[in-house]
Amino acid sequence: MSEITNLTATEIASAVREGIVSAVDILDAFLDRIADVDPHVGAFLIVTSDAARQAATAVDAKIAAGIDPGKLAGVPIAIKDNMCTRGIATTCASKLLDGFIPPYDATVITRLQDAGAVIIGKTNLDEFAMGSSCENSALGVTRNPWDLSKVPGGSSGGSAAAVAARLVPIALGSDTGGSIRQPAAFCGTIGLKPTYGMVSRFGLVAFASSLDQIGPFANTVDDIALVMEVLSGHDPKDSTSLPIDAPELMKASHGDIKGLRIGIPDEYFADGISEPVREAVMEVVDKLVELGAVVSHLSMPHTEYTLPAYYIVAPAEASSNLARYDGVRYGNRASKTLSHEDLAEKTREQGFGPEVKRRILIGTYALSAGYYDAFYHKAMQVRTLIQQDFVKAFEHVDVLITPTTPTTAFGIGEKSDDPLAMKLSDICTLSANLAGVPGISIPAGFDDEGLPFGVQLLGPALSEALLLKVSRAYLDATNWTDQEPVL
Amino acid sequence: MALSPDDVRKVGSLARLALTDDEVEHLTPQLNDLIAQFERLQAVDTSGVPAMSHAVPVVAFLREDVVVPSLPKAVVLAMGPEVDELLGGFVVPQVLAGDA
Repeated sequence: MSEITNLTATEIASAVREGIVSAVDILDAFLDRIADVDPHVGAFLIVTSDAARQAATAVDAKIAAGIDPGKLAGVPIAIKDNMCTRGIATTCASKLLDGFIPPYDATVITRLQDAGAVIIGKTNLDEFAMGSSCENSALGVTRNPWDLSKVPGGSSGGSAAAVAARLVPIALGSDTGGSIRQPAAFCGTIGLKPTYGMVSRFGLVAFASSLDQIGPFANTVDDIALVMEVLSGHDPKDSTSLPIDAPELMKASHGDIKGLRIGIPDEYFADGISEPVREAVMEVVDKLVELGAVVSHLSMPHTEYTLPAYYIVAPAEASSNLARYDGVRYGNRASKTLSHEDLAEKTREQGFGPEVKRRILIGTYALSAGYYDAFYHKAMQVRTLIQQDFVKAFEHVDVLITPTTPTTAFGIGEKSDDPLAMKLSDICTLSANLAGVPGISIPAGFDDEGLPFGVQLLGPALSEALLLKVSRAYLDATNWTDQEPVL
Repeated sequence: MALSPDDVRKVGSLARLALTDDEVEHLTPQLNDLIAQFERLQAVDTSGVPAMSHAVPVVAFLREDVVVPSLPKAVVLAMGPEVDELLGGFVVPQVLAGDA
């Protein structure tokens, strides 16, 4: 069975649709692998074997009846546990939502199921997607498959680890400031944050609504393209969903990159970026030049203000979004309370972990009387300037290349009580969310300790096909995606 | 604009978080580290720069006035930590003063 778990999603869907292998056999192989490996990695909060078996059986029944089960026929997929799944617990890795069972599916879940995918379980994350290491999960520890003493990154660390460990060929994450790209880099997988509005947020538990975006992890460009064709496209249930059809990314992501203009924004290589990471990015640049790309340096002068602008905007939105958790309509509630205020205060005090409290406090402060103009309004203006930096850059180049993270994966416990140091690990990824542009992290080799490097490509809005084309050109010319951790 | 422990308690109250004394002591310097980062924004000239709430234009629109199915009441109530099924509502502590 071991060879099945090395198949890509594209290969699985094709084999299942042609009747070469059944969806149930595929599922069994991955369930066996999860049972063997996940006790060491801790990627999953819950494995939904029974529901997955029903879904796989339904795919096989369609094949038998001559009905096309869809583009993702029989492909096992893991879901970050901040997307609502009908009848299956959705915890956001928070004590506050432990036991919450949503009565509806997120749009992405419905679209995956309609395309024949088999949802196999829910993965660990930093509580409410706030963090960069998965250490803020109240429900479990996730370890980096390349070195079990290191973090997998976050907040979508469980999904990244699951794909890296070949527990699933595809997993979904969400990215508010790097929560797909940063763990993809740490775990040596591909992670795409689509253009804001490309994938419906309906049923994604909101963190910062103007920044949140769902996207996939996979080990090949084909698999990212395949699943994005299913996930993308307008959804009337999300008022920020773009009025576009799903792009044909599989077809559009092929071709050479001769003459492609690649920009190196110098500010992304400032202090704090480790020398090995800098060298890894430059090796990717050299390879892209070999493949025909033209490289130039440029400046994005407001980059240094990305961190403060982000850590005002995101917590401000979070403090508002998380006001709904008052112990009345869902989740856990504090007992023996005297009033509605008392109920809310005690429920939230007992239910939220330290990072979520920090962000709610910072956001509440930034929005409070007397500070709104100095902080929140100012940050929204700086956000405009950061977006204009991108607009100007893309007048001269087609894509930008930067490190995904300043270092490779750090140790579990190393930064867990230093919130500012933790936040600096997202310094290269925050700007794409503020500007709404797509970004992808691709594997770019390994450091002396055998930990993966990630390199980030950023493009203008709706340039996913181009980002995938560049990623494909580079990865086809290397063998990074063939390598897998020994577990 | 550094926060004092009392400021943190006050913000906690606005955010409906009943922080413990230990938490206030631990959180105050951590929040001040972040606020020190915010101060850097004051150096940016933003005169005449519009504030951006969304990276793409978001237009509020009204959908057609057609009745569509919503979640059944019993399903919604089933999520509540404490509900009164007979009255069909979520139970909360007494809101108005008077006899319980």
